[in-house]
Amino acid sequence: MALDDQSKPYFKFVGTRPKRPDGIDKVTGRAKFGADSYAAGMLHGAIVRSPHAHARIKSIDTSEAEALKGVKAVVTRADFSKDIKFTSGKDSEHWNVLENVMADEKVLYDGHALAAIAATSALIARDAVKLVKVEYEILSHVTDVDEAMAIGAPVIRKGASDKSVPSGLHENVVSYYESGHGDVETGFTEADLIIEESFKTEATHQGYIEPHACLASLGSDGKGELWCTTQGHFSFQKVCAALLGLETSQLRVTASEIGGGFGGKTTVFIEPVALALSRKTNRPVKIVMSRSEVFRATGPTASTSMDIKIGMKKDGTITAGQGTFRLQGGAFPGAPGGMTAMCAFAPYALKNVHQIGYSVMSNRPKQAAYRAPGSPMAAFAVESVIDALCKKLDLDPIEVRLKNASRKGTKASYGPTFEEIGLVECLETAKSHSHYKAPLKKGQGRGISCGFWFNFGGETAVSLALSEDGTVQISVGTPDIGGSRASIALMAAEELGIPYDHIRCTVADTATLGYNEISHGSRVTYATGLATIKAARDAINKLCKRAAEKWGIPEEAVKWEDGHAVPSGPNAGDFEPLSLKNISEKMGKTGGPIVGHFEANPEGAGVSFATHIVDAEVDPETGKTQILRYTVIQDAGKAIHPSYVEGQFQGGAAQGIGWALNEEYIYGSDGRLQNAGFLDYRIPLASDLPMIDTVIVEVPNPGHPYGVRGVGETSICPPLAAIANAVSQAAGVRLTELPMSPPSILAALKAE
Amino acid sequence: MQYYAPKSFSEAIEISMEAKGITRFLAGGTDVLVQLRADILTPEVLIDIKKIPEVGDILQNSDGSWRIGAAVPGAQLNEHKDLKAQWPGVVEAMDLIGSTQVQGRATLVGNLCNGSPAADSVPALIAAGASVTIISPNGSRDVSVEDIPHSPGKTTLEKGELISAVNLPKRNTNGGDAYLRLIPRTEMDIAVVGCGINLSVKEGLVSDARVSLGAVTAKVILVKEAADAIIGTSLDDKALTALSLAASAACKPINDKRGTIEYRTHVAGVLAKRAAQIAYKRARS
Ligand SMILES: Cc1cc2nc3c(=O)[nH]c(=O)nc-3n(C[C@H](O)[C@H](O)[C@H](O)COP(=O)(O)OP(=O)(O)OC[C@H]3O[C@@H](n4cnc5c(N)ncnc54)[C@H](O)[C@@H]3O)c2cc1C
Repeated sequence: MALDDQSKPYFKFVGTRPKRPDGIDKVTGRAKFGADSYAAGMLHGAIVRSPHAHARIKSIDTSEAEALKGVKAVVTRADFSKDIKFTSGKDSEHWNVLENVMADEKVLYDGHALAAIAATSALIARDAVKLVKVEYEILSHVTDVDEAMAIGAPVIRKGASDKSVPSGLHENVVSYYESGHGDVETGFTEADLIIEESFKTEATHQGYIEPHACLASLGSDGKGELWCTTQGHFSFQKVCAALLGLETSQLRVTASEIGGGFGGKTTVFIEPVALALSRKTNRPVKIVMSRSEVFRATGPTASTSMDIKIGMKKDGTITAGQGTFRLQGGAFPGAPGGMTAMCAFAPYALKNVHQIGYSVMSNRPKQAAYRAPGSPMAAFAVESVIDALCKKLDLDPIEVRLKNASRKGTKASYGPTFEEIGLVECLETAKSHSHYKAPLKKGQGRGISCGFWFNFGGETAVSLALSEDGTVQISVGTPDIGGSRASIALMAAEELGIPYDHIRCTVADTATLGYNEISHGSRVTYATGLATIKAARDAINKLCKRAAEKWGIPEEAVKWEDGHAVPSGPNAGDFEPLSLKNISEKMGKTGGPIVGHFEANPEGAGVSFATHIVDAEVDPETGKTQILRYTVIQDAGKAIHPSYVEGQFQGGAAQGIGWALNEEYIYGSDGRLQNAGFLDYRIPLASDLPMIDTVIVEVPNPGHPYGVRGVGETSICPPLAAIANAVSQAAGVRLTELPMSPPSILAALKAE
Repeated sequence: MQYYAPKSFSEAIEISMEAKGITRFLAGGTDVLVQLRADILTPEVLIDIKKIPEVGDILQNSDGSWRIGAAVPGAQLNEHKDLKAQWPGVVEAMDLIGSTQVQGRATLVGNLCNGSPAADSVPALIAAGASVTIISPNGSRDVSVEDIPHSPGKTTLEKGELISAVNLPKRNTNGGDAYLRLIPRTEMDIAVVGCGINLSVKEGLVSDARVSLGAVTAKVILVKEAADAIIGTSLDDKALTALSLAASAACKPINDKRGTIEYRTHVAGVLAKRAAQIAYKRARS
């Protein structure tokens, strides 16, 4: 999309740090989250889930459950659309979602839904679940990615692979990606040192504090309402309508406040089930997941197995890089094998590079996006090998990265040519940061890593309406998962020239705006922000027109300056400036409501890079790690609200610390998840974390009027590698598997 | 489900004798209520002991020993200056449990009677030589803490029996205790290994000692061999190595989501060494 105007030299509101509009509601408990909706006559839903990793459903007997007093309805797969047919690969996405929401002939993982019950209380529904008798024929299962690709592994679903998969691979490989340039074999012959290493990472959950929750009301006339916690209510509207055989427009979806998503609330689980139960009972139905259901049945990220080979010259020049990435995505296509491979070498300008990605199915829950899907794992593998090369060749890890860094004009490892990017600036900032120069004690280590994410634009619609008192309401269609309402109001304030406090930004329901892509891909401040700026300019044009009409001069002779319509120059005439309020209070009599709009598909989301520095200490007797110091340096393009940019940086580092050290999906030999709760799925506690320092680098993105780049995902790309590099140095042994829990570190130390 | 809040121990025993189905005493409820809400165990009968007089009291007897009521929460122990000065290991072990919110409710007796081999306060109590007062239809008796755990989730208490208080001996002037646990994080976790040690020092030498380990066998254990390894020594490197080996040798752990056999066995030795050093220092100060 063409942009006529580039970064403003001076900002009045952008870059300040006002309070977020949802802040007080959230700290006082007034905010309404997914589970806070109630309706008269409401029933409670509960879901029957498979205890088996892989089994054929021979029969489901619901008679005892239905006989329980208070039970109003039971639904199974038969209560969903019959028009959705299975095809290969991701083409069959509606079928895949439906199959995940409610199993048909087979259950594919521990926790897979196969029936649901609506009852007059949540306890009755829970008890009724236990009365459903399911007869299973247990099938052999596989949960490990390498085993799932091996000859003889049980086939999760025949015919699921897409056309990209070369012949000869196991049927569980559902997608294949390959790219690169140059010739890696030649590159390796030019190297002074080649290191080849294999890595594994376990699946981790997004770990949002709020479980999935919804309230649904659907009549037999096909008209319905859904209130839910979601990152994308427009997408939920579309998918739920398809799964239930409704017309999209007949289902209105309202997004609640959201208690975290991180990619995990981009897909439906319980919402179509609540709608089906509501249609059957003709009553509103509420479903709230338990934490154990969240772990067992909603999306963790993919687990991986990766092989990396990198060649380096004595002066630090990387001569070739090669990577193979196998991503386990649960019982459905969609593991980000391709994206992982694409991100792996993106920070570096390489003459010779080659990467392969596999998406593999197994008997685990369907993986869901988790902040920069695939990129953190790829960085873990690649940046660990670069670190090992630097150590062996006695080179400074930042100098080596600077020497090979991607810049404007670099042909990226995955194909395109980079525009303005900020990697060199991040690395230079890291090099001169006091953290990088601070002394380390014995038993401590320092790790460095770079990280990359594409960022995204996507379909966006914004409407900006003026009130008669001179205040402004903005309706956006992207749920606020990181303070975006504050950033959006700041951008509108900047354009309109009115105070931040005079603007209220609301996440509007699906009946209010055109289609908005999900809040994912770090797109909201970029795309909804761009749309807001454009909508504000649309409103300004309309304001100027009213002023022109009042003054009796041509529209072009009026311009907008600091919140006022003013004559564009001395020739236009001499009129008192008209404030936004002066015009809006008369708008009813001067032509009616003034509303600015913007609907488009912005495509200039600039890619973003980060460099992290971390210090760790390892107790050699117990293998326990402490993170001592952490610094995040990342290019934000332009930080609209610096506090919330810093919050994203810190959040990425915090989640990365958990992923690197302790978080993991633990499966028993029976294929059941062993740790479906926050007690044994160990996310970091506040006391586990050091203060996470941040430095915002600003290399403006040419694709946004103010230079914004998304910041929500890149911050989780470097931590796994940076921490692994620090821990490896502290422990004196290279760690190649995540999580680096105390038992695994001690085992590595003993193996030395 | 029926909920009772008796006003006396005899009433509590009567209710429990007559109760049918799964019966649970309710102290702080930080195990019972969590299990109920997570749909792990739903009792038919709940007998809340918090309304019984004196269950919330911490008393020092005239002979210097201590009596801690069955419903005294961790926070109250932690705020008791004298008790904490005399039995820092016991108080610290209890204080490791849960969060500030959990500390406001969780009790020593609940921790013991929940029957977890990983219960944090139990190794410290066993090392301290603590006993509990059991009230039963036939009267009351004192039993050593190490005789209460039976197997994961089970105690040696019979139907109709309950614990009214924990008794800690008088702290000798040359004694000290300590408890250490290993968890992968810094708090809010279940011990992968726990170790409580209580010892006395005379003229620089350990004169008596008790060593207890948690989470390394099916119940918390008293490890005599580990105590013997340090008695008569000045806790020099040789003694510490012997202690560490004896502690590891007593382990019969399992592989599970929280740790491996090798890991638990190794770390038991490490923690025993470290806890002994803390207790030794406390005994001498
Ligand atoms: C968030 C959280 C964190 C936790 N962290 C830890 C931890 O770090 N370490 C740890 O060891 N535990 C931990 N726990 C478990 C729990 O808090 C402790 O076991 C606590 O000490 C239990 O005490 P309570 O008084 O709450 O027991 P309750 O739940 O009231 O009772 C526990 C058991 O004891 C029985 N019981 C209670 N009183 C009596 C009595 N007078 N006579 C006989 N039987 C009785 C009950 O019937 C029940 O079986 C944690 C729990 C939570 C919720």
